[in-house]
Amino acid sequence: MNKKQKKMLLRIIISAVLMVILHFVKAEGWLKLALYMIPYLIIGYDVLLKAFKGIRNGQPFDECLLMTIATIGAIVLGITGSGDYVEAVAVMLFYQVGEWFQSYAVGKSRKNISELMDIRPDYANIQNEDGTLEKVDPYDVEIGDIIVIQPGEKVPLDGTVEEGTTSVNTSALTGESVPRTLRPGDRILSGFINMTGVIKVRTEKEFDESTASKILDLVENASSRKSRSENFISRFARIYTPAVVIAAVLLATLPLLYELLIAKTSPDLGKWAYRALNFLVVSCPCALVISIPLSFFAGLGGASKSGILIKGSNYLEQLAGTETVVFDKTGTLTKGVFEVTAVHPDIIDGEELLHMAAHVERYSLHPIAVSLKKAYPNEHDDCEVSYAEEITGQGMKAIVNGKEIYVGNSGLMDSIGVEWHPCHHQGTIIHVSMDGVYAGHIVISDVIKENAGEALESLKKSGVRKTVMLTGDNRNVAEAVSRELKIDEFHSDLLPEDKVMRMEEILEGKEKGIVAFVGDGINDAPVLSRADIGIAMGAMGSDAAIEAADVVLMDDDPRKISKAIRISKKCLRIVYENIWFAIGVKILCLILGALGLANMWMAIFADVGVMVIAVLNAIRALFVRDL
Amino acid sequence: MKRSYNIDVDCANCANKMEVAAKKTEGVKDAVVNFMTLKMKVEFEDGADVETVMKNVLANCKKVESDCEIFF
Repeated sequence: MNKKQKKMLLRIIISAVLMVILHFVKAEGWLKLALYMIPYLIIGYDVLLKAFKGIRNGQPFDECLLMTIATIGAIVLGITGSGDYVEAVAVMLFYQVGEWFQSYAVGKSRKNISELMDIRPDYANIQNEDGTLEKVDPYDVEIGDIIVIQPGEKVPLDGTVEEGTTSVNTSALTGESVPRTLRPGDRILSGFINMTGVIKVRTEKEFDESTASKILDLVENASSRKSRSENFISRFARIYTPAVVIAAVLLATLPLLYELLIAKTSPDLGKWAYRALNFLVVSCPCALVISIPLSFFAGLGGASKSGILIKGSNYLEQLAGTETVVFDKTGTLTKGVFEVTAVHPDIIDGEELLHMAAHVERYSLHPIAVSLKKAYPNEHDDCEVSYAEEITGQGMKAIVNGKEIYVGNSGLMDSIGVEWHPCHHQGTIIHVSMDGVYAGHIVISDVIKENAGEALESLKKSGVRKTVMLTGDNRNVAEAVSRELKIDEFHSDLLPEDKVMRMEEILEGKEKGIVAFVGDGINDAPVLSRADIGIAMGAMGSDAAIEAADVVLMDDDPRKISKAIRISKKCLRIVYENIWFAIGVKILCLILGALGLANMWMAIFADVGVMVIAVLNAIRALFVRDL
Repeated sequence: MKRSYNIDVDCANCANKMEVAAKKTEGVKDAVVNFMTLKMKVEFEDGADVETVMKNVLANCKKVESDCEIFF
């Protein structure tokens, strides 16, 4: 609680206690009025003051002014008729309770959410020549400087580990709770927390450009991009208050005129004035105006806690309506790295086949060579490799331990006259021949992520009607992947610009609903920005992707896509609940009030009670872990 | 040119009023008030003097919500 809130709470308590005491005091007439004025002024003096300022500044629909008119009106009715001042003071008291609660709840969630994203590092350690550590402002560290990070400290800047091994907690960036082990040469990002060892890091970015700063920036700015519901509510609020006030004026005058001029009866002045004052009490749109942005804010905060950064409330709102999800295959559904997926030897055993192939590729940097060497990690043994030669577009040949070995595609086998046979596996087939005899083949392919199947299943459960896969790969591979993952539609052999065209076709062809595109941010930035919602995954540290996308998934887990949609749905459900509930109760109260069926207590509930409930409901949007 | 300022205001509707008031101020191209983060983002017209414009923005905001503050 800040000072303002504490002071307010004190005023609320004092006047509430006074009200209880006054309940037992038997006073009549002016004395009673004077006694009730004490708590009224204690609780309401600032409202009265602001109302006065409102008049001076020509703000007729200022809440304070309306509250003042409502309460003073009720007091006047008390003087002239009922002699009851409790309602007037109660209106003011509860109005202030509502304001206090709102301020407290919002302050609390503001704090909670900023704690969620408490990744801003305060300092960096620089080692002096005598070996002592000096704490410096991370803004002062330049690119290429060496910083020391001790266990328990936040990593202040992006860089590469130079010395030391440690495990780091990456949960602030990825939502992943399993620590990651870092060794010299590994990239380290600001926002990680060093857990076990002392490491030295060579910085690669300035503080402003480092991941933690960028993410904080993104999260802080997200709630400034307002959603349609927020804009609707602020427009509604601008109309609502004047409309209710005008209705109140009409309610106070029209029936009177009717009774005076047409029915020719003596009008009941107090009755209609009381009903009109009820209107003023419910004229404040606060419940709506606070709970909608608060819901979005909480939703954005909860999402970022789970490693899903949403760049604006508007995107959080749109995500819920996602009906088509378009995937880029490589790096999104598949790992994007080639791996040996099958070894089919003919004359030697599988291990030996890999061994020979890896040797031939010893000096090659081709991706296929890299994956072959990765599959046979002990390639640098004492085998003798000579006469290695690349046959462009076909493969390699080399002499290994005196044997002439060819490694390459079917074209290479044809050209050297070796009879090969095809493989039933999908992927790139690497044939091997030894001294002119076919030795077998090795299948290399991009592997589907373990959780991709589950991800697509849960997308369908989250209301996505159609899934589409775009890929630059050939038809066979695309078909195999989409069959395995049960993807509805695929387009293969696409160049990057074809992907944009396909996306445009999908956008034109859709009936309704949002089209989301999921890519890894590598050369699909144009598609990311063209889609209704661009989702970049595994984008940690990739500036281009963070720039182009609307939603950034901090790790490369495709299940996060459906999670993001579910977070959005929950948030939106809460928003609509609040809109309907708050407007509903207020309108109901207005109708009952006009008919004389509601008293001022009910109006207070419609104002303050609804706001408290709406705010509490809004905070639920923060809890997204189990979605 | 865009600048972001910290603000202090108590209620969400007052923040909305501030936004409307800031937008109407001369020299301001667009303004967004974010009640949740207590920030006001102002986009200035070309050639506007930031200091003067912000003084006017504050004055206009004070008119609609006397209990507000902009830190610039």
